[in-house]
Amino acid sequence: MAGELLLQELTKVFFGLREQVVAVDHANLAVEEGSLVTLLGPSGCGKTTTLRMVGGFEIPTSGEIYLAEERITELPPQRRNTATVFQSYGLFPHMSVFENVAFGLKVRRFRRAEIRRKVEETLALVGLQGLGGRPPNHLSGGQQQRVALCRALVIEPQVLLFDEPLSNLDAKLRVETRDHIRKLQKTLGITSLYVTHDQAEAMAISDLIAVMHAGCIQQMGTPYEIYAKPANTFIADFIGRANFLRGRVAQITEGEMVLDLDGGDSIVVAASDGYAAGDRVKVVVRPEAVDLVGPGEGELSGAITLAHYTGSMATYQVELPDGEVFNVEVLSPQEKGFLEPGTEVGIRIHRKSVHVLDVD
Amino acid sequence: MWGGKLRLPPTSDPGSLTMRERIGRTGGELRRLAHDRGLLLVLVVVVALVATFVVFPLFQVFRESIFPRGQFDATHFVRFFQGAPFLITPFFNSLILGGLVALTGTVVGFTFAFAIARANVPGSRVFRWIATLPMISPPFIMALAAILLLGNRGMITQVIHNVFGVRWSIYGLPGLVLTQTLAYFPVAFMALEGVLRAIDRSTEEAAFDLGASKLRTFVKVTLPLAAPGIGAALLLLFVISLGDFGNPIVIGGRFQVLTVQAYLAITGRYNMPLGATLAILLLVPTALVFIVQRYWLSRRSHVTVTGRPTPSTAHASGPLLRWVLFGVLCFLSGVILLFYGMVVYGAFTHLWGVNHALTMDNFRYVFSVGRRYFMNTVQLAAIATPIGGILGILIAFLVTRKRFPGRKTLDFLSMMNFAVPGIVVGIGYLLAFNAPPLRLTGTAAIILAVFVFQRMPVAIRDGAAMLQQVDAAIDESASDLGAGFMRTFGRIVLPLVAPAMFSGMAYMFATCVTSISAVVMVVSARWQLMTVALLNDVDNAQLSRAAAWGVVIIAVVLAAIFVLDVLVSRLLSRRGSHGR
Ligand SMILES: Nc1ncnc2c1ncn2[C@@H]1O[C@H](COP(=O)(O)OP(=O)(O)OP(=O)(O)O)[C@@H](O)[C@H]1O
Ligand SMILES: [Mg+2]
Repeated sequence: MAGELLLQELTKVFFGLREQVVAVDHANLAVEEGSLVTLLGPSGCGKTTTLRMVGGFEIPTSGEIYLAEERITELPPQRRNTATVFQSYGLFPHMSVFENVAFGLKVRRFRRAEIRRKVEETLALVGLQGLGGRPPNHLSGGQQQRVALCRALVIEPQVLLFDEPLSNLDAKLRVETRDHIRKLQKTLGITSLYVTHDQAEAMAISDLIAVMHAGCIQQMGTPYEIYAKPANTFIADFIGRANFLRGRVAQITEGEMVLDLDGGDSIVVAASDGYAAGDRVKVVVRPEAVDLVGPGEGELSGAITLAHYTGSMATYQVELPDGEVFNVEVLSPQEKGFLEPGTEVGIRIHRKSVHVLDVD
Repeated sequence: MWGGKLRLPPTSDPGSLTMRERIGRTGGELRRLAHDRGLLLVLVVVVALVATFVVFPLFQVFRESIFPRGQFDATHFVRFFQGAPFLITPFFNSLILGGLVALTGTVVGFTFAFAIARANVPGSRVFRWIATLPMISPPFIMALAAILLLGNRGMITQVIHNVFGVRWSIYGLPGLVLTQTLAYFPVAFMALEGVLRAIDRSTEEAAFDLGASKLRTFVKVTLPLAAPGIGAALLLLFVISLGDFGNPIVIGGRFQVLTVQAYLAITGRYNMPLGATLAILLLVPTALVFIVQRYWLSRRSHVTVTGRPTPSTAHASGPLLRWVLFGVLCFLSGVILLFYGMVVYGAFTHLWGVNHALTMDNFRYVFSVGRRYFMNTVQLAAIATPIGGILGILIAFLVTRKRFPGRKTLDFLSMMNFAVPGIVVGIGYLLAFNAPPLRLTGTAAIILAVFVFQRMPVAIRDGAAMLQQVDAAIDESASDLGAGFMRTFGRIVLPLVAPAMFSGMAYMFATCVTSISAVVMVVSARWQLMTVALLNDVDNAQLSRAAAWGVVIIAVVLAAIFVLDVLVSRLLSRRGSHGR
């Protein structure tokens, strides 16, 4: 498939004075043509390093990178058809916006009229028409960001690389720009690899998300899969908020599985592969995937110790009998009534939203 | 959707690095280089230049000292260890001189630094300006002035003779300590001022709060905190004194030092192996000092550097100390100004010590007979300065921003001349380039090469500092958009550091115009320089004419600083619309 980006057992080790850092550890990843894949993970997990190897700014310690079936592992940046939108933009301060955007085309020896046409087209595409004459540092942060995007788009790369492109923008602009990037990416059908540590941003913009942790890609899936079926405790915890309950598989029937929760009732969930009766398991329950009911009803019960009201939502901490804290989020609390700390409640779990993990 | 060869993620198996991955010898950098023609080409050129003009000459000095005429012959080293005076005397003289000047220079430098940085003496700007004067003039101007005042026919000497009837003059160790101290204390001042400013005032204040007296605070808190800086200044001055050629040739008299003896062995006695041996004797202590500096002092720096230095208010000293320091600085500055004034005055006299009537003859001579020396110096320095500046930035860019096999080695070799005294470089050039394939002796090229490669470590260090101001994403963007190495460097990196580079060029130009110790070995009848002409005039007792050369040299340097200053501010204001 043309345009497909493949990372194969990609590894990067940095050698410091005393220690060595394994920044990326045998990562495998594929970005299908026209899709946007996000590398998501906490600070220092190796996202930027991975992206920089794809862009050619770091040389992999081992492993391979293929772009449209061509091996590009050691090619220098100028010889691979990728374009990067840097976190700090990296605009050329001594050139006008027009010259910045035209730079890549000049390198490619386009004719002057052609350059002018392409640059103006692309500037219009990102909503910067008429600003070509300005120096980049006379633009707002959001505009500078768009110049960086424009400069990358205009050379029509096979893969577009983004390294936290929104991190220097304020919250509102971030959402706008994010949606703008996603729309452009979809309409132009550009294969993209996107790095962020913000899970909401990743969920909103991606076709697929690769969750990284300590240099490893731990799970790859759609935003839905990552949230609903996290592969392990770290991911369940990192993506959104999660309650973890421990229990034992009591019984497996056709398509269903009965779990006995420690210090609680049993609960029936959809069967997962690879479990047998008697296995100990960990159950992931999202805070919004429960209802608060009267004491004694539902699978769990406890007392509210903390209650916050944020308008669209009420968040509670419920202390279970074994002392564990269970987080609950209730949407439209006006409807259901706001509960004060001290209230005894029952918790009814939405059984379809529950996800079962191995105990680690 | 997965390529055939791919395993499905997640397959990461943490902590399972292969041996090659663990030691980082994977050949990736080499394969990268094979695909990056521009970088490869530039690297080949740079490595060839460094090998030819830095490593090869130094190698030649070693070779000549033990393999003269192609045969192993370590006679000179054997004689050295047997205690032969012609080797031992200059060796220990140089060490003694270096030690003394390190002490006096650091004391004077510290006094200036403390007075300006901590005691807030009045007129600190004037003092600072006076202290930078010796840095931009040829160091041996001090020796010349000392002779005008205290030499055989010096003004003060003659007064002493007339009044006391004593024949006394300054030649030898006392003159050397005096002139080198005045010429080089600014180096210690610059280093220590930064250190003293970086000491967090609150540390000292904490000591006051605990009831410590000012003197106690100074001895127990300030001095220990400044100790690494003081140590560095001592070592630096020691090395500079050891490598100095200009002052000892002028005022050394019978006090033999290594630089002068090496020069005389080669130019007077045509004894190359002896000259090379003396050069090695000079190189060894110098290199040792740099090793000590690098691996010992750099680890012991415990200056409390805070994010934002507290504004300098004078807490560290009372009014009494302030005025005492002010007096000391006035005296020292007075001496410096007196020395410079003497040179200027001398330049306008007929024949110093004989006929002090005022005249313009010396300048007439400088701009008629000596015109060629003037033009040579200015032209060669003007050509070498941008070449050296750009080469410095290029090498700094290579070693800080690019990855290639042998990067650390290139870094080390290109910085090596930092620790090699100028006279050793000069002897190396003489030995390396007097035969084919690179016969450069007697040409302008060899002087250019000395200018460029002797200053290169400074140019690289400055270049690295300039590059730190340029976000790596900028030059990465350029290659990302398809620009090869040369285009990225020429169109993006150079224009961005240009203003800083021009500012640095004034200093680079000054060091070329005022340099003597390396070029003295490679000048020729056709390619003679002003500094060498000055020394020749001193040698021929033409002190007034020598002084005129001194005035012209300083004027050229000041003019260059002024012109570049104007140029840079023009450049910056023109770029104001584009900004940085
Ligand atoms: N040039 C380098 N030299 C040494 N170590 C490095 C270098 N670059 C990155 N590292 C280390 O590699 C690890 C991964 O860094 P990387 O920049 O890829 O993280 P990241 O996931 O992008 O984090 P963030 O979200 O904070 O940007 C970190 O531990 C980092 O310290
Ligand atoms: Mg990062």
